Amino acid sequence: MSTAIQQVGNYLETFTEFAKSAADQKLPWLRKLREDAFARFCETGFPTTHDEDWRFTNVSPIARTQFVFGKQQKAFSNNDLTPWTITGAAAQLVFIDGRFAPPLSNSANLPGVQIRSLKDQIASKPTDLEAHLGKYANIQRDAFCALNTAFLEDGAFVHVRRATVLEQPVHLLFVSIESETPTMSHPRNLVVFEDESQGTVIEEYVSMGKGAALSNSVTELIVGENATVSHYMIEREHRDAFNVSTLRIQQARSANVASHSLLLGGGLVRNNVHPVLAGAGGECLINGLFVGDGRQHLDNYMYVEHAKPHCSSRQFYNGILDGHAHGVFHGRIIVHKDAQKTDAKQTNRNLLLSDDAQIDTKPQLEIYADDVKCTHGATIGQIEENALFYLQSRGIDEISARRLLLLAFAGECLDRMKPGLARDHAERLIRKHLVSFAHHRSRTPAAGKKERSWEEVG
Amino acid sequence: MSLLEIKNLHVTVAGHEILKGIDLTMNAGEVHSIMGPNGSGKSTLAQVLARRQTYEVTQGEVLFNGKDLLAMKPEEAACEGVFMAFQYPVEIPGIGNTYFLRSALNAIHKYRGEDEVDAVDFLPMFREKLKLLEMDEKLMNRSVNEGFSGGEKKRNEILQMAVLEPKLAILDETDSGLDIDALRIVAKGVNAMRSAERAMLVVTHYQRLLNYIVPDFVHVLVDGRIVRSGGADLALELEEKGYGWIEDEARQNAPASV
Repeated sequence: MSTAIQQVGNYLETFTEFAKSAADQKLPWLRKLREDAFARFCETGFPTTHDEDWRFTNVSPIARTQFVFGKQQKAFSNNDLTPWTITGAAAQLVFIDGRFAPPLSNSANLPGVQIRSLKDQIASKPTDLEAHLGKYANIQRDAFCALNTAFLEDGAFVHVRRATVLEQPVHLLFVSIESETPTMSHPRNLVVFEDESQGTVIEEYVSMGKGAALSNSVTELIVGENATVSHYMIEREHRDAFNVSTLRIQQARSANVASHSLLLGGGLVRNNVHPVLAGAGGECLINGLFVGDGRQHLDNYMYVEHAKPHCSSRQFYNGILDGHAHGVFHGRIIVHKDAQKTDAKQTNRNLLLSDDAQIDTKPQLEIYADDVKCTHGATIGQIEENALFYLQSRGIDEISARRLLLLAFAGECLDRMKPGLARDHAERLIRKHLVSFAHHRSRTPAAGKKERSWEEVG
Repeated sequence: MSLLEIKNLHVTVAGHEILKGIDLTMNAGEVHSIMGPNGSGKSTLAQVLARRQTYEVTQGEVLFNGKDLLAMKPEEAACEGVFMAFQYPVEIPGIGNTYFLRSALNAIHKYRGEDEVDAVDFLPMFREKLKLLEMDEKLMNRSVNEGFSGGEKKRNEILQMAVLEPKLAILDETDSGLDIDALRIVAKGVNAMRSAERAMLVVTHYQRLLNYIVPDFVHVLVDGRIVRSGGADLALELEEKGYGWIEDEARQNAPASV
């Protein structure tokens, strides 16, 4: 208990100072939002592995560390960002240690589309935000979400008007920069797609230079009736990084949303995806790939709520783990009483490339309606020796053959993405990333360690 | 120099000796058939030549074009010109057929220091081979062998052989499970590849295939040894009399175990 108080104590001072300095504290609703969230965080402290939702992920390295806000001293040029730029994107919003960096950002002038920093929006026209900001992300359930809301200040604000089609993706790039003391940022994004609109948003987290950093982001994605939206979460930070992200999706009637998560980097990563299918006929695809080695810990937590009838949700996660990496697939599906004819499916497939890699996969169904179709399944295996030999026997060398098989496995996730810039970007990153994973020799499958799989229909 | 020289080859799998001293010499231009009852070691021989690593060679040597084949990895053997058509072709989801074949061809070209084949040059050649094996080009847009029927998988093996143009083609029970139409197409593909520069080793349980691919030599493998060799008429004799008599004979002649 004393450690919990100590942990919270670290943040108390920071919060008091933050509350004093934040220019927008004059907005009573915003002040209340932050204060309530901080109070909630003080009540709960960080979660422990005794919490069911955090069973497989120990966040004490985050809780133990005293983080400060990054001081933006270094000046960057656009050249520094070249490796992370997506050419052709509709907009690139760059955040350095969580703060919007206007000189590094650009945005095409698109009718019906508003893309700017949340901070600017709060300063200039906060009334547009009040209806949505903090209305969906749940500070009661999740301490990280509460902490993010307490320090809510900057991030991206994207608003796409009714029936507007955003042809190219909006790229939100979060860069944590080198620092001697551990830094934290709490990016807060609000993305609103009105009825019948369409578009893609990419959230990408990268590091520049060494040093421990915590990115604790929350994105509220509000999708209107019949709108079609793709969201990409790409984690590529270095191994000293802690990354906790929450995507809270609110889907109206017949809205079609695809969430794609690509966890490649980071040391301790927790990716929460929480869609609420709040209108009839909605469709939600939750697609993910996590690739880890060394001591990476990559936790994928899904909380899929079916609140209305005739909605479908699909969770597909593929994991590739090597070294001592630890992956988690924890997918909860909640089918509320009114959500008849729900069709929910979750599938988690894993390749373990070393004896010490570990995967915890846990489906959890809570069904309160009686006419629903829910299935889940998981497999854990290795690179198939038969397939490897087949490729080699045609002249393809072992490393190339491994790379092809890994790419094929990862390709299942790529195939679920709509063709376009975002997918091309994801594919490039995956191809590059998997090269090093192909160099490892296959472990000899020990007795009783053969492929395991299970499937249930509920 | 012979293309393939197998000398006193002994192979064990998980402690069991499967091949107990095989001697076989093949010259370019020749078609040899290995026949034998189930469990005689036919497929083991094919797989060892294709360099599957799960088999342990305990004695003997294999020279391919004068080079030590047993020291080669599967991909090296393939690049040197060894090709095995699998008894059970493997399905590989996520890797396209055409892409796979072009990658294989280019890997071999690269090994030999030849230029890569680009898509423009590859396609007409590929289409011609598809036609030979009466295969639908649409099949090639799919993943390797994924969702293929048994016959399509076997034809795909011969297609790969036709594209990769090996020096030594090993057909591991390519006829098993094929109906007569598919068998004819496969045989047509194989016969089209017979040439003075190429040797073929046709491993089969049944004589039927040899009506279409007529071998120069037939070897009968029983319990890990070649117990009899002869011409194409030996296959007919086996068809008529079965393997029983030859197995009995082999048992009587078997050297006492050491």
